[in-house]
Amino acid sequence: MHIVVCVKQVPDTKIIKINPKTNTLDRRSAPAILNPYDAHAVQEAVKIKEKTGGTISVLSMGPPQATEIIKKSIEIGADRGYLISDRAFAGADTLATSYALSKALERISKDLPVDMVICGKHAIDGDTGQVGPGIARRMDIPPVTNIIEVSEVNLKENTVLLKRKLTNGYELIQAEMPCLLTVEKEINEIDYAPMPNMLKAARYETTVWTVNDLDNVERTQLGLKGSPTIVGKMFTPPRPEGGVKQLEGSSDQQVKQLMGVLMEKQDLFTIPSAK
Amino acid sequence: MNIEEYRGVWVFIEQNDGKIEGVSLELLGAGRKLADKLEVPLAGFILGAGIKSLANQVISYGADEVYLIDHPVLKDYRTESYMKGVMKLAQNYKPEIILYGATPNGKDLASAVATDLNTGLTADTTMLDIDLDNRLFEASRPAFGGNIMATILCKKHRPQMATVRPKVMKALEPNAGRTGKVIEETITLKEEDMRTKVLQIVNDVTKKANLADAHVIVCGGKGMGDEKNFQLIFEFADTIGASVGGTRDVVEAGWLPHHLQVGQTGETVTPKIFFAVAVSGAIQHVVGMKNSDMIIAINKDPKAPIFDVATYGIVGDAMEILPKLIAQFKQVRIEKGGEVSYV
Repeated sequence: MHIVVCVKQVPDTKIIKINPKTNTLDRRSAPAILNPYDAHAVQEAVKIKEKTGGTISVLSMGPPQATEIIKKSIEIGADRGYLISDRAFAGADTLATSYALSKALERISKDLPVDMVICGKHAIDGDTGQVGPGIARRMDIPPVTNIIEVSEVNLKENTVLLKRKLTNGYELIQAEMPCLLTVEKEINEIDYAPMPNMLKAARYETTVWTVNDLDNVERTQLGLKGSPTIVGKMFTPPRPEGGVKQLEGSSDQQVKQLMGVLMEKQDLFTIPSAK
Repeated sequence: MNIEEYRGVWVFIEQNDGKIEGVSLELLGAGRKLADKLEVPLAGFILGAGIKSLANQVISYGADEVYLIDHPVLKDYRTESYMKGVMKLAQNYKPEIILYGATPNGKDLASAVATDLNTGLTADTTMLDIDLDNRLFEASRPAFGGNIMATILCKKHRPQMATVRPKVMKALEPNAGRTGKVIEETITLKEEDMRTKVLQIVNDVTKKANLADAHVIVCGGKGMGDEKNFQLIFEFADTIGASVGGTRDVVEAGWLPHHLQVGQTGETVTPKIFFAVAVSGAIQHVVGMKNSDMIIAINKDPKAPIFDVATYGIVGDAMEILPKLIAQFKQVRIEKGGEVSYV
């Protein structure tokens, strides 16, 4: 069983700045972390491996310092780490990203065939969730998104039983392997990293590939060139007409005015009986 | 690719068990505006098993055309079968815009279709428009953690696609007298070729406490200070029988579980009354609550952006205001002689 987990280094979105000239993220302005959903993806791979045995590889695309999140993944329990890093990949939207990652997966499976790919549900900087299914299509394997439980891995039948979150509930899905899963946070709790993993991670040398290390790459499909979408403009939404009615006076007076408004809508409230 | 060949605005009509999802009807409303601006037909497309009878409903909500693929293998949503159907429709009829609801299935389908059509897809949009001079679809969404909106364009590829957040767009009033054209397509699908099987679908609404359906929501922000102070939010909600929600910061701080998060990456809510207590009003939060009927904002900072969307605002300390509100409601309760409820 060979599981590849796709991971992304993301800026902490709460403190990110935007370059006003290029309308792109100024990644230097915020600390970079392993995308939280991807941490759960690595953890799930570890849980599966505990039952099936095998190998866990992690794969990322990004600048050289993204090796930090490969190390973090090794701490959680991954065995191998790969980073594709090249200027040719820069500026990629989700379509170009899934193309580059699928080419790296092709290269990884030359050494050891891939049985399962796991991605986080989405990355917290882009919030799209589009790269996982995109990779699956390019590899021609079934994607199963929004997984909240991997219930069973059947190596004999080469199938996996999954719980997939829906708007109002969940569904049970059986998928043939190889397949690609994207996982929700609730799928597991991240374990504390065992000491041997920490030591391994500290010393770990990530395999770093440039575009030249990948086979049969159509360069026009990479990076900015291979991205059909562009950011047209950035703006702060217009203030709505009318605007707020500010309640005036002391806090007691404000509360009293508000009660007047609310009591007109009192049918909406369920007020428990006084005991 | 000759982009001039692509004409028309299409909406994916998501149905589960023969019932159309609300977001699909909302998108017909939004799609109608885009189609009118472009002076092209608006079409809905439905995939499923035994779904032909849904066509009239799609027309009554604003569509000029309905494309149908009815096949037993399409009974439950699966990426592999549905995307084959959508690919066939898109390649045959070449729409210039396709909208999907940003539901688990809509997002999954759109991502797969965009890859195979080699076109652009914008995720979780909340504003849609047309740049008529350049005949371009402008799909906007909160970006970078949600403090700014970004408009995404897809200039050289067609169709231009977007997923759209539920409950952000408005559905039209259905008009049973509307007429439209129904076009049926066929597809070859075999169950034995499918690599995924849906074994069971479990509807589980209890777990969610369904924030999306609540009439009154008391939503607390990071300005509550700490988890202990946040208990006042619960106390106030209990007093008036409301549901509790929180901002992304509150959920990330661990004061509330994720399913109670209101905003771009949480729930979109449209209650009758929404209390935003110590909520600053970041765009990623506002897109999830701005369509509430009445928004009451309580915040210490008079410049907080939440006041831009609020109906009534109180500039003040939530720690002072909330206990007074709670006391007032308790007073109401006693005056009414301890009636159980006003509902």
